Amino acid sequence: MKRLFILVGVLLAAHLGLLLAHRGGAAAETGTGPSVGVVFDVGGRGDKSFNDGAYLGGTRAARTLGARVRFIEPGEGSDREAGLRLLAAEGSDLVLGVGFIFTDDLTGLAREYPKVHFAGVDYALQTDAAGNVVPPPSNLSALKFREEEGSFLVGAIAALAGGSKKVGFVGGMDIPLIHKFEAGYRAGVMHVCPDCEVLVGYAGVTPEAFRNPGKGKEIALSQYQAGVHVIFHASGSTGLGVFEAARQTGHYAIGVDADQWAEAPGHVMTSMVKGVDPAVFDAIKRVKDGDFTGGVRSFGLAEDGVGYVYDEHNRALIPDAVRARVEQLRREIIAGRIKVPSTR
Amino acid sequence: MSVIALLAQVLRIAVPYLFAAGGGVLAERSGIVSLGLEGFMLSGAFCAAVGDYYSGSAWVGLLCGILGGLLFGLLHAVATIRYRADQVVVGIAINLLVIGLTRFFLRLAFDSSSNSPRIAGFEGGGPLSGWLAGAGPMIPLGLLVIPAVAWLVYRTPFGLRLRAVGEHPAAADSLGVPVARVRYVAVALSGALAAMGGVYLALDQHQFTDQMTAGRGYIALAAIIFGRWNPLRAGVACLLFAGAETLQIQMQGTQAIPSQFVSMIPYLLTIVALAGVVGRANPPAALGKAE
Repeated sequence: MKRLFILVGVLLAAHLGLLLAHRGGAAAETGTGPSVGVVFDVGGRGDKSFNDGAYLGGTRAARTLGARVRFIEPGEGSDREAGLRLLAAEGSDLVLGVGFIFTDDLTGLAREYPKVHFAGVDYALQTDAAGNVVPPPSNLSALKFREEEGSFLVGAIAALAGGSKKVGFVGGMDIPLIHKFEAGYRAGVMHVCPDCEVLVGYAGVTPEAFRNPGKGKEIALSQYQAGVHVIFHASGSTGLGVFEAARQTGHYAIGVDADQWAEAPGHVMTSMVKGVDPAVFDAIKRVKDGDFTGGVRSFGLAEDGVGYVYDEHNRALIPDAVRARVEQLRREIIAGRIKVPSTR
Repeated sequence: MSVIALLAQVLRIAVPYLFAAGGGVLAERSGIVSLGLEGFMLSGAFCAAVGDYYSGSAWVGLLCGILGGLLFGLLHAVATIRYRADQVVVGIAINLLVIGLTRFFLRLAFDSSSNSPRIAGFEGGGPLSGWLAGAGPMIPLGLLVIPAVAWLVYRTPFGLRLRAVGEHPAAADSLGVPVARVRYVAVALSGALAAMGGVYLALDQHQFTDQMTAGRGYIALAAIIFGRWNPLRAGVACLLFAGAETLQIQMQGTQAIPSQFVSMIPYLLTIVALAGVVGRANPPAALGKAE
């Protein structure tokens, strides 16, 4: 038993050591601007999407605004809250959580530390028993994206440029946040091709569904076998399996959050990109300028908060006529003539 | 969706389970609880990715993966046999340790907390290359692992000692069976075998991603229990669970049954097996006891 305690103690010490070794990161801590702490989501830095976007926004703020930015990459479970708390207790000007998973922790800490500013990327608004939306605390800014609008556009691309009446969607965890992608995508497909069919597969019902490339590959392979040519994924690193399946069978996939062309060059038709970088930068800038306010900030097509990739790599995969049609759709959504559903 | 395509999918999903369950049966039959399968698999996946990346050869990757699993198997063995630490705790510790270590070294080697660069895989070949592309020798090996373990457990002198040690270590000891040594071999082997399941995952994806085993080690453990610690039955359970997963993937489009129900099948079956509905589930008598 004593040996067990020693073992656990050593492991804990090593764990703390690793946590501390991570903090600080590569960013400058010497500026004169606000002190900012960023805690990453599962996946961490180098995910080539979400967290890297936040990292980019943070480092840009460090460079151009003189902000002192620190990054913490939590391990499992409770570390998340510990990372946020550490930053809040040290009196950071802004504590930023990347990912919907921080919602509860941020809400709790914002009440506990009313003088600290908080921001949550993808913060999930809660509803009370009567079904009314509970506004976030006044020192917490919820950075939300209208992913359904971007998904609508890539849905239109998949249906118009895919060359098949069947299009695919692979989601990570089966939750409302991902349903938003599915709903927008489906609406986009149906808008340009009413007799198309959308095949949908989710990798699971636990957070593990976001990091299960093996499962993603299997779902994608069965969709391709069923006659699908293009699959849009919103599934974190599970989607890497979707790209692998596209590469293996010579079909196409659509990336999410960031430009994922490099995952399978030639097989990534486009990516639905989410402007995490400008949203994070904007939050830091507002703290520096002293006009930070709580509440919801929503980023959609109109704010360039979401969009799709069209550049020299994938230009050959999207015909000009499709591009023109999709740009038309974008303008109609911004003008409010098309209402994109966010639930399925 | 043709029948062959479905069967190929079941097979592809089952391979990691087969490796892990084959390894797990060995350790459990020697009396050591094998909760670290998930960690062994993940270490195998990571070491394979590293070896493959720096050598450019999937075979080197396979070898490195096996060595990685062997190492963590030995760690598990030293902690539970030499130091008699609680086997369940050690298993969980190994799983957590490997998650942390792989991420740490991922960062060190590839400057990413999420995934490795693209690595070489096995080149597909043979008559089923369309269905089992890129798996190389891993699928035949995966199918062989269960019969091989069954042969080892039931048809060799080592297997006899293994079972004796798992049922009644004191009696085995009095007959001159080196209890600790048998257990060391069994647990180290279980690490190496389970790691091969992880190797398959990494090579099939052509990259390592953080926690890519996604609970497969636990499913394999469930298969062992459902198979009542018999390697052949555990192998059948693996195929059954993989079949359920295939069904779940195929059912999602149809909405006939909520796919969540289908994904519950492995866990439900395990509970049913533990409750003793399908025959009596009697684990090796000395399982989990520190001597």
